[in-house]
Amino acid sequence: MAFTAFSGTAQAAEPAVRKRSPIALLLLLPGMFYLILFFVTPFFSLIITSLQEPDPLRFGEFNNAFNWQNYVIVIETYWEQGLRSIGFAALATLFALLIGYPLAYFIAITLRPFPLLQALGLVLVIAPFFISFLLRTLAWKQIFATEGPVAGILSSVGILEPGTAITGTAFSVVFGLTYNFIPFMVLPIYSILATFDLRLIEAGNDLYGSPATTFRTVTLPLSAVGVISGTLLTFIPAVGDYINASRDFLGSADTTMIGNVIEANFLVLSNFPAAAALSLLLMAFILVLVGFYVKRSGTEDLL
Amino acid sequence: MRGFGKWGIWIYSGMAFVFLLIPIVYTIVFSFNDYRRTNIIWTGFTFDNWLNVCDAQDVCQSFGNSLFIGLVATVLATTLGTMIAIALVRYRFRFRNATTLLIFLPMATPEVVLGAGLAAQFLQAGVSKGLWTIILAHTLFCLSFVIVTVRARVASLDPALEEAGRDLYGNPFQVFWRVTFPMLLPGIVAAALLSFALSFDDFIITNFNRGAEVTFPSYVYTAAARGIPAEANVIASAVFFLAIALVLIAQVSAAARRRQLAKAG
Repeated sequence: MAFTAFSGTAQAAEPAVRKRSPIALLLLLPGMFYLILFFVTPFFSLIITSLQEPDPLRFGEFNNAFNWQNYVIVIETYWEQGLRSIGFAALATLFALLIGYPLAYFIAITLRPFPLLQALGLVLVIAPFFISFLLRTLAWKQIFATEGPVAGILSSVGILEPGTAITGTAFSVVFGLTYNFIPFMVLPIYSILATFDLRLIEAGNDLYGSPATTFRTVTLPLSAVGVISGTLLTFIPAVGDYINASRDFLGSADTTMIGNVIEANFLVLSNFPAAAALSLLLMAFILVLVGFYVKRSGTEDLL
Repeated sequence: MRGFGKWGIWIYSGMAFVFLLIPIVYTIVFSFNDYRRTNIIWTGFTFDNWLNVCDAQDVCQSFGNSLFIGLVATVLATTLGTMIAIALVRYRFRFRNATTLLIFLPMATPEVVLGAGLAAQFLQAGVSKGLWTIILAHTLFCLSFVIVTVRARVASLDPALEEAGRDLYGNPFQVFWRVTFPMLLPGIVAAALLSFALSFDDFIITNFNRGAEVTFPSYVYTAAARGIPAEANVIASAVFFLAIALVLIAQVSAAARRRQLAKAG
């Protein structure tokens, strides 16, 4: 499943000898052709679009050019939203880790003697995937609404001024991002800890390690692969997301992220070159992150 | 981890589970709300929204579109992806690393980039956007997930079984349909369900490539500004119950199979 993507644990033993055969080509070609046509060439479309210049006569039309200043302009105009996206996504990833690691540990290790509870725990973790992404985000919006239960409780105990909005703030956007992507953090860590040999913890105890020391020196390093996978799987969708930060959901004009900017430029303002340039800058940033990962573990581990 | 008390992890995890479930419960509860103009304040319990889902016509229509798109994209992605998964495990070929990278990258690409890229390509090619551009886009992002899911299943198959089929004079087609395919089926079904779930819930890539077509998520997005009718909660809740039922069936049958294997072994 999705969460095995970065973890490399679903690797069953591969047959030692693979054959060479023309059948391989027949099996690969249609799908690879599809990926090239609809994944690779769109990047060339983005590059061409990002360098276009406005037609001097026809408003809203663009001509192919080599207008690299588009990149300078979008960085100057939108650096704030760009940095905010990275900040929000990094915070959401951190919170998802703080909630997700103990949860993964609980399901994989604490619940190991109870297979039925363990299965139930996993179902609960992926349950949010099965209810519409947009509706579950809207549910938080209504729970956080000024007249909603959370604001009511907080203002009655005096933490919140009555009538203050919780939605539309950096807090609510990071909250939404954390909530929506927690399963991406839990699943890869779980898949590593599920095969973790409990005797290693016993060994740590036998060597007079305190539970905390054993955790820090044995369990945590051995689950690092899952943590790294989970971090990437949470950070990437969070940094490009524009639903949580949208003003009709948990955000406001003050919480605009880079996804909102790309959407607005492409679909509302029809400023295609700006949207394309921003998309490519975002992709370059992600590729640097993924590059670190590939350098660490090689391409065969990717799938 | 015993550091924070023996029961600490139970309490912490229990709270995390509650946190995960809050918006789900909220969405389901408000599908039974006897709402007037907006479905924000609880006004009373009713089954009306469930019994007359299609009273909210655009909800129903967008749901139909999402079902159609999900089904076609799932068939396309599952077919193409299964073929690639078999090739990856069973055969040697050149450019293997490049192939793996090409399969992996769509999963690491933010949706907004995938969506904008396809939209830019459709724009330059002069393709008008509609149901088919949505289906093409969904097939693309489902494909990699299908490959990863089915590949794990292919890798766990014993090639000797196919050899046995060949030894019994089965031609390649017979061997595939009578031996390989039935054994891959659980992996293929899992991949198809995952594809459908991804397609059904996708909003960002769809939004860039839908033109004037409305899917269920894009309906919710547009309606969010003026208020979502409870009928949308009904659709989401029904899909949720169906998905949970499927997952539970899969879990129970897997447990039963393990028990059978344990008995046979």
